[in-house]
Amino acid sequence: MSEELLYWQALNRAMDAELAADASVFTLGEDVGLYGGSYRVTEGLYAKYGEWRVRDTPISENSFTGLGVGAALAGLRPVVEIMTINFMLLALDSIINAAAKIPFMSGGQFSMPLVVRVPGGVAHQLGAQHSQRLEYTLMNVPGLRVAVPSTPQDAYWQLRQAIVSDEPIIVLEHELLYFSKGPVDVLAEAPPMHRALVRREGHDLTIVSYSRHAVLSQEAAVELSKEGIEAEVIDLRSLKPIDWDTCAASLAKTHRMLVVEEDCRFAGAGAEIVATLTERCFDSLDAPVQRLAGLDISTPFNGALEAATIPRVPDIVAGARALCRPAQGSNAGTKSAPSPKSTSTGEAAAGVAQATTAAPKTAPLETAGAPKAPAAAAGKGVPVPAAKPAAAPAKTKDA
Amino acid sequence: MERDTLHRLLRDMLLARAFEERAAEEYTKGNIVGFLHLYPGEEAVGAGIINAAGPSDYIVSTYREHAHALMRGTPARKVMAELFGRATGMSGGMGGSMHMFDSKLRFMGGYAIVGESCPIALGIAYAVAMRGLPEAVICFFGDGAVNQGTFHESLNMAGLWRLPLLFVCENNHYAIGTEIHRHSAVVEVFKRAAAYNIPAEKVDGMDVQKVYEAARRALDRIRSGGGPQFIECDTYRYGGHSMADPGSYRPAVEVKAQKAWDPISAAIREVEYPTRAVLAEVGPDNIGQMTAHMVEAGHLAEADVEALKKEVQAIVEDAAQFALQSPQPTMEAAWAHMNCNRHHEVLI
Repeated sequence: MSEELLYWQALNRAMDAELAADASVFTLGEDVGLYGGSYRVTEGLYAKYGEWRVRDTPISENSFTGLGVGAALAGLRPVVEIMTINFMLLALDSIINAAAKIPFMSGGQFSMPLVVRVPGGVAHQLGAQHSQRLEYTLMNVPGLRVAVPSTPQDAYWQLRQAIVSDEPIIVLEHELLYFSKGPVDVLAEAPPMHRALVRREGHDLTIVSYSRHAVLSQEAAVELSKEGIEAEVIDLRSLKPIDWDTCAASLAKTHRMLVVEEDCRFAGAGAEIVATLTERCFDSLDAPVQRLAGLDISTPFNGALEAATIPRVPDIVAGARALCRPAQGSNAGTKSAPSPKSTSTGEAAAGVAQATTAAPKTAPLETAGAPKAPAAAAGKGVPVPAAKPAAAPAKTKDA
Repeated sequence: MERDTLHRLLRDMLLARAFEERAAEEYTKGNIVGFLHLYPGEEAVGAGIINAAGPSDYIVSTYREHAHALMRGTPARKVMAELFGRATGMSGGMGGSMHMFDSKLRFMGGYAIVGESCPIALGIAYAVAMRGLPEAVICFFGDGAVNQGTFHESLNMAGLWRLPLLFVCENNHYAIGTEIHRHSAVVEVFKRAAAYNIPAEKVDGMDVQKVYEAARRALDRIRSGGGPQFIECDTYRYGGHSMADPGSYRPAVEVKAQKAWDPISAAIREVEYPTRAVLAEVGPDNIGQMTAHMVEAGHLAEADVEALKKEVQAIVEDAAQFALQSPQPTMEAAWAHMNCNRHHEVLI
C-alpha cells in the first residue's frame, strides 16, 4: 500500500491528515499559507482549511512561536513552522523559557501540545547564517522532545505523532532531505516516535547517526561491505529522548561504535551519545566509541570548503575502517584485530574531513541505492530513500 | 458605580496591600526566598482591570502577579503557599513568586521574562478568535516591556487579525531602576498602540474607579468585535523593583509625593461615610437626606472600613500559617511535572 513520495510531500500529507482529523490543529509561520511554504510542506492547505488554520505570519519568530505557546495553553494544537533553524535563535525564548517550562512551572496544570517544525542543516552554499544545526541547543533543554526524521516515511509518521502528542516537540527537518524520495505507507502502523531503527544489519561495527547523515551512513555501509566490513547502521530518529537500548544491543554484538553527525563536534549531540554509551556499555567495547562530526567552524560559502566542514561518505568509510582496522589504515580487505589503545579514529576522522578539502566533491547522495533491506527494529524494513541533492535554498519551489 | 462593585474593588486592594506587606515580612524572616516583586502602590490597576473581566476571560500576567492572582480569586492560602514554595501552593511549589498559574480561573501564568506575556496572550486570543467565542484575554506588562520586540510584534499581530486582546500597561515609570525618560524615546506609552491601529487610552492608575470603567469600556468594545484595545495605567510602585532592590535610584521627594496619591487611601476617601465634622458643616437639616444617598451609593462608615481591614488581615494571617504548616513538595512531584512524557505515550 505504499507509494513513492518526496520528503516534503510526506510532511504535507501528515499535515493534511491532522488538520482534517482535528479542528484544534492549525499551522502558522512565514509564508506557510498563500505561498505554500518555503519547502512546499504546507502546499494546498491554505485553500483547503482557510486562513485561521493555515496562518501566514509577519516575520516575528519569537512572537509567533509564543503565539503557538499561548494557543496550546488554550487547548489548540499549533504546528509552528520556523522557516529555518537559524531564525529559531530568535524564538528560543518562546521555546525554552515558555514552551518547555510552563507545564512544569504550573505544577502540571497545563499541557503543551505544541509542534515546532524547523528546516536546518548545511544545504548548498547558503552561507554561515543559513547553514547551521542547533540540535545540541535543544537537546539540553529539559521538557522538550526532538525528532529527526530521515526518510519520507518517518517524516510522515513522526510529524503525525508529534501533532497528536500533548508535549512540546521540535521536528528537525534537513533541508537536503526535502526532495529525497522514498516509500510512504500511510496505513502502516508506526513505530514509537522516539525508537531508533536499525537500517542495516552488520557485525563489525555500529554506526549511529540521525537525519541526513543516517542516509549517508547507509551509503558508507555499502562501500564498507565491498571491503569486507559489515557495518550495522542505526538511525536514531530522535535526539530526545534517545533509544539507548537499541544502541546498546547493537554494541553488544559489534563491540565498536562510530557516531556520525553533521553538527559541530564540540559539545554536540555526538558527545552525549558517546558519553552515555561509553558509561553504559564499557564492558562491551573493544575500542573507544568514536565521533565523526562537523568541524567547529562557521560554514564557509565556498562550495568545496563547505563540503569539507561536514562528514561525507568517504569520511564515514575511512572512520569506520580505522575503527575496525586501526593497524591497517585504509588497507581494505585485510582483517586485523583492533586494539582499543591504538585507535584514534575520532581525530583521524576529523582529520579526514579536513584533509579532503581539495578532493573532488563526491556526490554521495546520488549513489544511494537501496542497500541491504534492513531488518528494522520495528520490522518495517524501511528502505533507504534515494536522496537527491536538490539545490533547496529557502524559497526554492522546484525539486 | 454599583455598591457591590465599589466594595469589591476596595476589599481587593486592601487584601493585596495586606498580603504583600505580610509577604515582605515573611521574606525578612527567611520564610520566602528568591526574588519577590511586590505590588503596593499599583493595586488600583489590578483591582480595576481584573474586576472588569468576566469569568470566561483569560488573564496573562508578569512576575509581579501575586495581587493579580488574589484579585482573580485564587485563595490567599494557595498564593502564600506558593511564595513559600510549598506543595499546597498554586503551582505546587514548582513556580514560585514569579510563576503563578490557576488554570480553573483562567489565570494563565506569571512570566519572568519582560515582554513574554505579550505573545502568550496573543496565542490565547488567537485560540479564542479561531473558535469564535465571546471571550477576551487580558495581557499585563510594565513600561519596561514596551521596548521589547515581543511587545511590538504582538501588537502588530493582534491589530492585524483583530484579536480579542486587552493590553494593559502598568506604567510605574521604572524599568527596574531606569526611569522612563531614560528608557523610552516616547514616554506616553499609549501612543505606541496607534502604530498598530489599536485604540488606546491612558488612565489614572491610582484611581480604581477610573481603571475599572476604562476596562469595562475596552472589554465591551472587544466583545462587540472591536478588536484589540490598549489601556495605559499611570501608576507607581512604592517599594524597589524587588525585595533585593532598595529603590534608592528614586528621589525621596518623588516617592513621598506618589505615596500621597495612595490608591487605597484615595478609594477609602471616595467611599467612606463622612465624619461628624463634615456632617456638621452640611447642617442638620440635610444629614438624613445625605445619609440615605450615600448608603445608596455604597459608602461605608469608618467602622465598616476598619472591619474590612480586619477581615483581610485575618485572611492573610491564616494564609501565612497555612503556608508555614504546609508540606514541602517532593522530588517525585518535580519529576512528574518535568517528564516530557506526562501523558504516558509509548516513546521508544
